[in-house]
Amino acid sequence: MTKEACKQIVLDIIAEIAPDEDLSDVKSEIKLRDQLELDSMDFLDIVMELRKKHGIEVPEDDYPQLESLDSCANYLIPKFEAVNA
Amino acid sequence: MELKSNDHFDAVIIGCGMSGLAAAIRLAMFGRKVIILEKHNAPGGLNSFYSFDGRKFDVGLHAVTNFVRPGVKGKPLTKLFRQLRIDRDEFALCEQKCSKVAFPDVELNFSNDFELLVSEIEKAFPNQIDNFQKLVKAIHDFNEFDLEDKDRSAKKIISQYITDPLLVDMLLLPLMYYGSAKENDMEFGQFVIMFKSIYQEGFARPFEGVRTIIKTLIDKYRDLGGMRKMKCAVKKIITQNNNITALELENGDTITADHVISSIGLVETLQLCNDQKTKAEQSNIGKLSFVETITILDKQPKELGWNDTIIFFNDWQNFEYQKPKELVDPRSGVICMPNNYQYENNNELDEGVLRVTAMANYDQWTSLDEDHYAKQKKIWYDTLALKAMSFLKPINNDSTNDKDKLDNLKKQTVYVDMFTPRTITKFTSHLDGAIYGAPNKVKNGKTHLDNLYICGTDQGFLGIIGAMLSGISMANYHILQKN
Ligand SMILES: Cc1cc2nc3c(=O)[nH]c(=O)nc-3n(C[C@H](O)[C@H](O)[C@H](O)COP(=O)(O)OP(=O)(O)OC[C@H]3O[C@@H](n4cnc5c(N)ncnc54)[C@H](O)[C@@H]3O)c2cc1C
Repeated sequence: MTKEACKQIVLDIIAEIAPDEDLSDVKSEIKLRDQLELDSMDFLDIVMELRKKHGIEVPEDDYPQLESLDSCANYLIPKFEAVNA
Repeated sequence: MELKSNDHFDAVIIGCGMSGLAAAIRLAMFGRKVIILEKHNAPGGLNSFYSFDGRKFDVGLHAVTNFVRPGVKGKPLTKLFRQLRIDRDEFALCEQKCSKVAFPDVELNFSNDFELLVSEIEKAFPNQIDNFQKLVKAIHDFNEFDLEDKDRSAKKIISQYITDPLLVDMLLLPLMYYGSAKENDMEFGQFVIMFKSIYQEGFARPFEGVRTIIKTLIDKYRDLGGMRKMKCAVKKIITQNNNITALELENGDTITADHVISSIGLVETLQLCNDQKTKAEQSNIGKLSFVETITILDKQPKELGWNDTIIFFNDWQNFEYQKPKELVDPRSGVICMPNNYQYENNNELDEGVLRVTAMANYDQWTSLDEDHYAKQKKIWYDTLALKAMSFLKPINNDSTNDKDKLDNLKKQTVYVDMFTPRTITKFTSHLDGAIYGAPNKVKNGKTHLDNLYICGTDQGFLGIIGAMLSGISMANYHILQKN
């Protein structure tokens, strides 16, 4: 899985859980919280959707790994590959 | 739906009010097998609706608080729409016109633009405006959603900023009436929630009233595959080793669940548990109950020159928020005219509606026999109607005595109804008619049992929006976040 594909999966989830956010210009390296109005409830939903749609588990202690699109990709790609293997 | 004895669920939600519905939606959204059990035949709980003589009534709804306009983010209302995945248009919220706090000799108007309140305070209390701004800053900096926060007196903290007790009372009256379970004070976190939701956010209402909101929630829940059983009270919570092992239902069935979220109240819930005394936590039953008169008018209130959406009044030298010694305490209360919202396309409700709420004594109302109950309702209807008239433009300037004033109102009246603390307990099972529940809340929702949690009124987020947020938070915190 490419980094771009993984980031797109995360962006698609954000589009679904926060339809009132403009996602046209989200910067990969900047914290999502600093460019979008997302709170801990929204991050919970990102985690819940990753599990529901893709069978990926993110334990509570790992939530900080989801802070930017880049960190999401780094953290999630091995998990996607494990699930798809 | 058919419920079978021995059915097992991931989660059972007790109560189909606002908080129970919201909690259930969250769980169903993420594939949990969830069921709502509700004692009554209608959903909505404390904010339900009914029809009588062909007229539709809301039980409670004066105002949906926490209103923010589209595009405003990070507020309770927007969080709620996101978490429940509901489009804000579905609630069809229309903004209030203008409301006020009316005390002897001084009034403060407020609307959904906070600046109006600020300018009103500046006019009426010029030497308090700086203090008020400092209080606003303290409110802004406070995290009211900290589920582990300690209980502190709002009155004490506000008085550190505002030194005129009249202004303290005026600011507190609407907030207490719309959400304090404590007598003569509020918990500071609760004060902050209410201050933001009423003064800094605002009031709105769907044209069709609370039905619109309940229908949206029910539809959403059904579309997610959630189950719901009405006329199905939970009779007993069976426990073992700090866990719920089963729920015994009124119809004799027994079901099991991994988690149970109860929205029926803390004391009400504990008293269902077989490891608790039948009178468990009796001292934490709320003391505050209310009566409300509903007057249907043959014209729109504005035709009588009544343009306010809500008037919070007090005509005593100070404001007392406590269980009255008599059946009703008519010295303070709330007048609401649901017609006075800015409905789309200048739509108007079919009839004029005037609702007047005041504090009432549960014990006294419930000790009356039927005959006296009916008589007292009539007496207090008249008292409250007269009181309301003293805060509204006179219908006929010539009438000076009470009888004429009442007669003038009665000439415009096509129907009246009134509920009392007895009605509240009958339809919602809240002990002692305490709409705002127990004075001591459980913010983190935990109970003595590992898999039983409290949401709604007694978790501490009150009102329609608060209750829904409570259901969401408790489902997230105790169930979704855990695994
Ligand atoms: C007259 C009145 C006016 C109000 N006006 C407003 C307003 O204008 N704006 C606002 O925001 N809020 C208002 N409120 C407050 C608001 O309605 C409540 O804060 C909110 O609805 C509470 O929801 P809840 O889910 O916590 O509890 P509830 O609505 O009480 O839900 C609990 C449910 O549990 C059910 N139940 C009880 N026992 C059992 C059992 N053993 N088994 C199964 N089910 C059971 C009850 O029947 C009920 O449906 C008003 C309330 C009242 C009474």
